[in-house]
Amino acid sequence: MPSALDATTNAQLRRPNLPLITLPWLACALLGLAMLMLGRFLGSYQETLMQQVGIFAIAAVSLNIVNGLAGQFSMGHAGFMAVGAYVAAATTYYGSLLHFNTAELQPGLFNFGHVLMLIGLLAGALVAAALGYLVGLPSLRLRGDYLAIVTLGFGEIVRVLLQQTSPQVNGKDPAEIAAFTDAPLRTLARIPLNGALGFEGVPAYATNLWIWTFVGITCLAAYRIKESSSGRAFLSIREDEIAARAMGINLTKYKVRAFVLAAFFAGIAGGLLAHAGVTTSPIDAGFQRSFEIIIVVVLGGLGSISGAVLAAIVFVLLPQVLHPIKDYRLVIFALLLISMMLLRPKGLFGVREIWNILPRRAAHTKPGATP
Amino acid sequence: MRKALLALATLALIPCIAQAAAQPPAAPITIGHYGSLTGSEATFGQSTSNGIKLAIEQINAKGGINGQLILLKEYDTKGDAKEATLAVTRLVKSDKVVAVLGEVASKLSLAAAPVCQEAQVPMISPSSTNPRVTQAGDYIFRVCFIDPFQGLAGAKFATGTLKAMNAAVLIDQAQAYAVGLGEQFQLNYTKLGGKIVSTQTYSGGAQDFTAQLTAIRTAKPDIIYIPGYYTDVGNIAVQARKMGITAPLLGGDGWDSAELAKIAKDAIEGSYYTNHYAPDQPDAKVVQFIADYRKAFGNQTPDGLAALGYDAANILFAAIKNSKSLAGPDLRAAIAATKDFPGVTGNITLNKDRDAEKACVVVELAGDPPQPKYVTTVAPR
Amino acid sequence: MTELLQTLTTTIAVGSLYALLALGYTLVYGVLKFINFAHSDIFVLGAWTTFTAANVLTDRLGINPTQSPWWGAVLILLLTIAVCATVGYLIERFAYRPLRKAPRLNVLITAIGVSLLLQNLGQLNGRVTVATDKDGRPTATLPFGSTPRSMPPLLPDLVLNETVLSQGTLAGGTQRGLVKLDQPLTMLDGRTYRIEFTRTADGQPRREVLALTATAGTFPPGTDLATQPRRSPAEVDGLPYSLIRSPRVPIMLVDVVIVAVAITLMLGLEFLVFRTRLGRAMRALSFNIENAALMGINVNAVISFTFVLGTALAAAAAFLYPLKYPGLNQPAHQIWVLLGLKAFIAAVVGGIGNIRGAVLGGFLIAGIEFFGTLYGDKLFISLGARPGLGTSLADVYVFSILILVLLVKPNGLLGSPVKEKV
Repeated sequence: MPSALDATTNAQLRRPNLPLITLPWLACALLGLAMLMLGRFLGSYQETLMQQVGIFAIAAVSLNIVNGLAGQFSMGHAGFMAVGAYVAAATTYYGSLLHFNTAELQPGLFNFGHVLMLIGLLAGALVAAALGYLVGLPSLRLRGDYLAIVTLGFGEIVRVLLQQTSPQVNGKDPAEIAAFTDAPLRTLARIPLNGALGFEGVPAYATNLWIWTFVGITCLAAYRIKESSSGRAFLSIREDEIAARAMGINLTKYKVRAFVLAAFFAGIAGGLLAHAGVTTSPIDAGFQRSFEIIIVVVLGGLGSISGAVLAAIVFVLLPQVLHPIKDYRLVIFALLLISMMLLRPKGLFGVREIWNILPRRAAHTKPGATP
Repeated sequence: MRKALLALATLALIPCIAQAAAQPPAAPITIGHYGSLTGSEATFGQSTSNGIKLAIEQINAKGGINGQLILLKEYDTKGDAKEATLAVTRLVKSDKVVAVLGEVASKLSLAAAPVCQEAQVPMISPSSTNPRVTQAGDYIFRVCFIDPFQGLAGAKFATGTLKAMNAAVLIDQAQAYAVGLGEQFQLNYTKLGGKIVSTQTYSGGAQDFTAQLTAIRTAKPDIIYIPGYYTDVGNIAVQARKMGITAPLLGGDGWDSAELAKIAKDAIEGSYYTNHYAPDQPDAKVVQFIADYRKAFGNQTPDGLAALGYDAANILFAAIKNSKSLAGPDLRAAIAATKDFPGVTGNITLNKDRDAEKACVVVELAGDPPQPKYVTTVAPR
Repeated sequence: MTELLQTLTTTIAVGSLYALLALGYTLVYGVLKFINFAHSDIFVLGAWTTFTAANVLTDRLGINPTQSPWWGAVLILLLTIAVCATVGYLIERFAYRPLRKAPRLNVLITAIGVSLLLQNLGQLNGRVTVATDKDGRPTATLPFGSTPRSMPPLLPDLVLNETVLSQGTLAGGTQRGLVKLDQPLTMLDGRTYRIEFTRTADGQPRREVLALTATAGTFPPGTDLATQPRRSPAEVDGLPYSLIRSPRVPIMLVDVVIVAVAITLMLGLEFLVFRTRLGRAMRALSFNIENAALMGINVNAVISFTFVLGTALAAAAAFLYPLKYPGLNQPAHQIWVLLGLKAFIAAVVGGIGNIRGAVLGGFLIAGIEFFGTLYGDKLFISLGARPGLGTSLADVYVFSILILVLLVKPNGLLGSPVKEKV
């Protein structure tokens, strides 16, 4: 069945005049500068807000690889995020208990705690990617809504399984820590991820600096993927699978690759969230959280990386702004979502990037500009 | 139209950025509350919020504390840990509240506690019963008893008063509260010589418990322990009785609502639960609270969470009054010194673990229609 | 054996509800080719409309449908269908129709938006009280609020297959909760015995059933027998009673009503879709909208009708649901979404777009859920897992079956494969 998505021509994907690599970095540098100026907000509500924006941006940009570029509709993205979050959280938490004998945040700009976090992030991302491979496999046989439902089922299975895990080693109780450090493997074999209560007490190493560095890396990676031969293959699969196959594109390979890449970065987003002072609980693997990420991707425009980042900002800030209207808050939010879909169905940017739009707008205002 | 809408969205974002610049003056004392006012757990958040608002209304009607009125800043958490972290950070860092009240769910209290601890702003949870909550730091308090004590009270009552030595348990695996309480009951019950003959679980979203009850019926327990919330308990009771299970049910403070008897009717008659207070105890405070609450909130009957929210707020007010200053450390010390506070939910003393030390009452649902009736008190320790 | 039959009856009753709900998903998917995520919220709207209407009926109008007039319940059913169908029409007209040519992902997001809107509108705290009890406490409000509520009974609480053993006159026991029978009683192991009588309470005759909680044995006349619920001697003294042996597997009136209503509606739908002109138009649309339009079918009208039909079926299921489960969760509670998800899975497993498939899927999913809960635990315990693990994995069984079925038959059990065209 031909996709109803708007046809994208290469002309729409005009490359900017600047060297490719600079643009995402430029954006990140600007954000970094803004953060330095916001230095006086250090440890403030605004900082926490920025952390969540950043993490949401990574989640959205990663989902965009599989949903936006490859056109494979995934509704289990929160499942990958949760897997990454739990693996990373457990690595740092239990690593800290073993190494520092406490799960408290260690002071300093860079210490072994940060190393643990990085190891955890990588481990979480790799486990998520491995699961992404598994979930990606059926995409050969299934397409469209059916694939979506399978991915949704994956997220729900992750949620229910996480609920069954046994209680966490209590990092506030010296006796429990001692018992754990004596026989770490035996304890870990019980899968102590704290069941329905959620994994708590992970030291919050993920400051904005870390998070936005990862936003930069993710955006850059996504942008490189989009502009690479893989990205072209993804887009062609999205537009027409049969035509893509006729052009010699190995459908299975590229679909699975899209899932693995997306799951990898989702794992990183989850890991960062666990290190940003947010308790991860099984419910975070459920479909409601997946929907949140899908909403961000569609709001930003399917396939647009900068759109996803911008939409993440809007999506995190909007409910916060709407707090004063109390219980009408989510009613208004839902109404805005519906009207956005009705009035601007392509999202903020469509498949284009922010720099594809701005010069064009300028060209429109200048009569007689070269076509 | 489209442009206007986009412009509107942009405009809507401005106050958020501007908020950083303008801080409210400290003239009235600002306290914060974060709770699930929307979403699955909205009932709990809204009841607590009503209890807090009633307490504030009453103290402001009396002229506030030392001439300063109390102002409430309240943010919704949707039952989401991300929102809870944001809400508490906003209360503590932007709104500069002197103290924070919340949350009901232990999961969300745990998510928010480190923020309060780090900023040295006292936080009082009205009804998070998981032991870990107050272990987050010395600024975190609660006015309810904890799971191990409630589990012990249930087990003591079952083995001692009811002489029921074979129990089945039915636990909602999706609710941390139910899992925690269920574990503590099983632990204490077996310690006291009882035998768990059947452990059944369900995972949120189930409304039909026939399969679990079929297994329980085969095990022939003397009592069935259900540490869940009252909607589920009501449905379970109805289904259990229809299947011919006559063993009494036993539960925890999640049962505390007038709706339970309405849902289950005769089916819940003769069942027991452990609670913070018994509504039929002729305590003037309880009668007054119920009357005031009905008057303030359109004849609604307060549930246990509203009472705990009310007590949490009043303990905070008493502490503010006794505190040397409104600075975090002073207020913390004042709250920690709370002793024999006459609350609606009993006399509350905060112990060295910052948990409320108070008796647990066992309530029976008796009569036609079933009404909560005081049975016995299990003293702390 | 008892366990098996008990679970089978549950499966049939709950499966009928899943099937009704699944039909809504399938109908909408058939013509519009998208997953209507707001369908479960229509169901919630229906359940709460039933609740509100029932309270208005009992508290404001003083009608008790469990006695008479029995058509009070039918009135509520029709009202529920009317409300849900209207809301369904409005949703289709204003949220989905403008997106008919838009990418499917947009329609999906809109559906999620509509779902969020209905949930959050529904749980806004009751601004208007529409019914109160005799103490002036509100029993029903609009919107519905965020407190779980209890559904007033609309059906008599009857077990259809019980055996009346004997009749006699009841005497109160020596204390509250005890009764004396005027004849010897032999209780067999594994069966439950109940006494049924009618007593006057609050000036109203009331049928009561007390279960005898004694274990097996023979009791001479005049023995104190404990009951559940308990009544005081004065309340039962001198009343004529029937001694009833409960069946091992009780068949409840409510379950029979659920199955009967569901089967009637399914047959009606089958007739409508396969035997009428309108049904032919619907089927034509599901093949190809453009061609159907060329054949002179009023596309918008037929789509609207299909949508309304789906919501009406959801409304009927929503009317039946609180009759079976009187503890009604608040509108934004996640159990509703999970319920909708299971029905949706039923539609997919059966082959989405296929009416018979939806019915088959409904019963299949219910069966997996309940048999999985019952036997899964035994299986897991025999494998060395902790007790209770197997029962809490019920959702995992359901989702695993979904994935399994889709991998083996990508279009569902009864779905027809879609031809690929270039």
